[in-house]
Amino acid sequence: AAEEGGPCQSKMAGADGDDSLYPIAVLIDELRNEDVQLRLNSIKKLSTIALALGVERTRTELLPFLTDTIYDEDEVLLALAEQLGNFTMLVGGPEYVHCLLPPLESLATVEETVVRDKAVESLRKISQEHSPVDLEVHFEPLVKRLASGDWFTSRTSACGLFSVCYPRVSSTVKAEIRQHFRTLCSDDTPMVRRAAASKLGEFAKVLELDYVKSDIISLFTALASDEQDSVRLLAVEACVSIATLLPQEDLETLVMPTLRQAAEDKSWRVRYMVADKFSELQKAVGPEITKNDLVPAFQNLLKDCEAEVRAAAANKVKEFCENLPEDNREQIIMTHILPCVKELVSDTNQHVKSALASVIMGLSTILGKDNTIEHLLPLFLAQLKDECPEVRLNIISNLDCVNEVIGIRQLSQSLLPAIVELAEDAKWRVRLAIIEYMPLLAGQLGVEFFDEKLNTLCMAWLIDHVYAIREAATCNLMKLVEKFGAEWAQNTIVPKVLGMANDPNYLHRMTTLFCINVIVHCCGYPYREITTKQMLPVVLKMSNDQVANVRFNVAKSLQKIGPVLDSNALQTEVKPVLEKLASDTDMDVKYFAQEAISGECLSSSTIVDKLNT
Amino acid sequence: MCKKSSSSQKLRAMSSAATTSPSVDKVDGFSRKSVRKAKQKRSQSSSQFRSQGKPIELTPLPLLKDVPAPEQPELFLKKLQQCCTVFDFMDTLSDLKMKEYKRSTLNELVDYVTVSRGYLTEQAYPEVVKMVSHNIFRTLPPSDSNEFDPEEDEPTLEASWPHLQLVYEFFIRFLESQEFQPSIAKKYIDQKFVLQLLELFDSEDPRERDYLKTVLHRIYGKFLGLRAFIRKQINNIFLRFVYETEHFNGVAELLEILGSIINGFALPLKAEHKQFLVKVLIPLHTVRSLSLFHAQLAYCIVQFLEKDPTLTEPVIRGLLKFWPKTCSQKEVMFLGELEEILDVIEPTQFVKIQEPLFKQISRCVSSPHFQVAERALYYWNNEYIMSLIEENSSVILPIMFASLYRISKEHWNPAIVALVYNVLKAFMEMNSTLFDELTATYKSDRQREKKKEKEREELWKKLEDLELKRGLRSDGIIPT
Repeated sequence: AAEEGGPCQSKMAGADGDDSLYPIAVLIDELRNEDVQLRLNSIKKLSTIALALGVERTRTELLPFLTDTIYDEDEVLLALAEQLGNFTMLVGGPEYVHCLLPPLESLATVEETVVRDKAVESLRKISQEHSPVDLEVHFEPLVKRLASGDWFTSRTSACGLFSVCYPRVSSTVKAEIRQHFRTLCSDDTPMVRRAAASKLGEFAKVLELDYVKSDIISLFTALASDEQDSVRLLAVEACVSIATLLPQEDLETLVMPTLRQAAEDKSWRVRYMVADKFSELQKAVGPEITKNDLVPAFQNLLKDCEAEVRAAAANKVKEFCENLPEDNREQIIMTHILPCVKELVSDTNQHVKSALASVIMGLSTILGKDNTIEHLLPLFLAQLKDECPEVRLNIISNLDCVNEVIGIRQLSQSLLPAIVELAEDAKWRVRLAIIEYMPLLAGQLGVEFFDEKLNTLCMAWLIDHVYAIREAATCNLMKLVEKFGAEWAQNTIVPKVLGMANDPNYLHRMTTLFCINVIVHCCGYPYREITTKQMLPVVLKMSNDQVANVRFNVAKSLQKIGPVLDSNALQTEVKPVLEKLASDTDMDVKYFAQEAISGECLSSSTIVDKLNT
Repeated sequence: MCKKSSSSQKLRAMSSAATTSPSVDKVDGFSRKSVRKAKQKRSQSSSQFRSQGKPIELTPLPLLKDVPAPEQPELFLKKLQQCCTVFDFMDTLSDLKMKEYKRSTLNELVDYVTVSRGYLTEQAYPEVVKMVSHNIFRTLPPSDSNEFDPEEDEPTLEASWPHLQLVYEFFIRFLESQEFQPSIAKKYIDQKFVLQLLELFDSEDPRERDYLKTVLHRIYGKFLGLRAFIRKQINNIFLRFVYETEHFNGVAELLEILGSIINGFALPLKAEHKQFLVKVLIPLHTVRSLSLFHAQLAYCIVQFLEKDPTLTEPVIRGLLKFWPKTCSQKEVMFLGELEEILDVIEPTQFVKIQEPLFKQISRCVSSPHFQVAERALYYWNNEYIMSLIEENSSVILPIMFASLYRISKEHWNPAIVALVYNVLKAFMEMNSTLFDELTATYKSDRQREKKKEKEREELWKKLEDLELKRGLRSDGIIPT
């Protein structure tokens, strides 16, 4: 606060004189501003300032200044870390990119994870712009400094930088990098070990195969049996990359013992991770090991004592089956997987059941028509009757898979009660979810079935007591009209919608207007007969409604209908009504009526002329 | 979680609707079926436990008091071994008899270690630790609710508590027993043991965390060789909690232990301890669930400052750095903690920090949230703080004046306005010359600020124009 008078003066002086002088003054002034928001703004415009300064002054003045003043709020630091990643051209191109390293190095040691991660991201980005020589002279020493920092933050940051410089340095430096990585893998703080474990796969990818076998495998084995489960579970992720890199014949000895151990880890978090990565693991280890090892492991995960693990495994059922070797896929599924799946259908935990329900339909394409009818259909039907709505919803949302194999009719007997029950569920979010599947169901069940069984439901939603449902129901109508056509709309929807215009509840009367808005939108020009002859009169009549909300929605609707009306109707019918509404006693009605009048003007020039006169 | 239906926002003429047809609002195509299931009391058991399906058989042993004294140590070991058997408490029907047998055996063991003499042979140590480890060390199960919110949700209680409680009880009596010799026990109660013990602090069951607190406290007290290790591991737990997961149920308990540990630190404080304060305790303030452990945290902070007043400046600067921006509830907590700090601050330290501190207080005082403003204004009821303000009124008054003056005119809450008047009055009495000066220049100061603001905007605008110009000029050189 003490220097308040000063910088202001200097800014002015700079502005009067040399144009290029004042940006740095502004920046410094703004960076010292008490208001974080202003500091943040100036950091976000750092590139503007650098551009104004030119490359040389950016290097010699701006960057040193930034490096010295990195003691700000994390929000500001985050913005700075991000900016510097895109600064290469602003300091003079790749030749000078190493100038950006000092401020980024400080940022990479900050406590706040998001700042540090962003700094590492920027460092990774600019590492690519370093020449091999600069990488060894400037970048690699920085990585080393971070890797041997006192506080854990710099060491965690270092973990993310090894893999970007490794491929482009000499073999002696490579050996050093490998040594540093090894050290960090056995760091005594779990934070650093976690960081190292999470980069293990990435680092393995850039290493020569011999070193993968000698170095990475021992690190992988050690991390996978770390005392902390948070470290062990990250090793599972690395397992995918490592297994992909190794030749098939080495997998059994180098990777499988660890993977088997992880699948039976005493911590459910580790087992969860195995279940979660199962498809990737399956692809990485190949069909033979899958058959011998992963199938029983998968069975165990599907039967795990923790629901979290079972749910994660259940999610993978379809993918796992799909990726089984084709020669005995069906046999494996039928004898090993399906019995577990059958048990999961009646699991005690609803998340498990709903995870299963979201993929189980996919099995029908794999198993074919006969197996589906004999083995899967009973499961689908059971899940359609499940007490948990999410399970039923998940089945319904995937009906298309079954439709392709056995046709939806097989299910319609059970489907209908399930849909009706969901449609009437006490939780509005459940009702909302089933509405969203209506267009899909309508498409697959056909117009006849729909008219007969589902149409009433769709109309009933329009008068639901929750607005979100009414809104979704309106939107649903639009999609149905798109599917079944305007004629269908005219016969089945429009009369019912217009009937609601006389409802004693103003909310229902408004729903009429909302429906008209969307029907007009999708019937469009070719069917403007419906609009002019049937809907417009109703809308106009509603302009006399005693509830202001209805009246201003009339104004809004008229604005939407306008474009499909002929100029005669606009002039003789719409205009007087809007003018009347524009002098309403309610200020909102007035506002929307005026909006509509000027909106009409914009939509067509002929109408502009007419309405303006 | 339920999103408020947007209808209420879109409809603003509810009143007119209500007068026309009050009853029809409830028209609804569906009957309400929301029969709420009575929430079951949730309980969980160890994640590791896989029921073997077979019933467990333990051969009943005679009571310790029923055998001659020389045979007791041997029998004690046997009973410890029996108690290593763990039962499945989620299955409420299985092994009822054996569960009851183990419970009574544990009870007997608790009594035995409390009153008996000469039972603690060297062979007993590994067996005690083994029995305790078998029972208490387990992978904690996933939390039942996806996002367990300790403030909102009921904690999930440990199903095996009938046994677990007795095991903890036994272990504490064992550690507190007069015959207990740390020099022998340290072979078994080692770093690995402590690490597993610390992991259990994440238990959702508050009863278990309470026992753990006592256990850890005893271990910290008796095993000098483990102290640094325990502190370091707590460090790691906190750092992970702050920067990685924001989830750990036992933070309050660990802080409580630390409170008494800090109390015992020798002076001058080691660098390690100072680092813990600045790099771990202060960042703990950033966590969303601060309210769950704030009291314990503030206690630790104040303990540090009472030990070493020179830490006041970094602590207050740290709090100011992490000052809550959107959460008023947390802001009130910060103000409370700051008052605790000010209660023990030395005047020489106060002078060092008063400017940034009162800039923040001035912002709090003008908070539109009346609880924040009120909490800050309460400082003026604190005699010690008042005396500090009085001594430094020439610095503090100019910082506070503009906010106070403005609020006295425009705060929506009359209670706040009243408080502000009192504060202004106090300032007037403290330093009437300065007060009059500030009142006189209030308007022109505001105008000057506005002018400066405008100048700043103009400069930025110029800068942008410059960028545009240069950008155009160097289009060919700088690729976008």
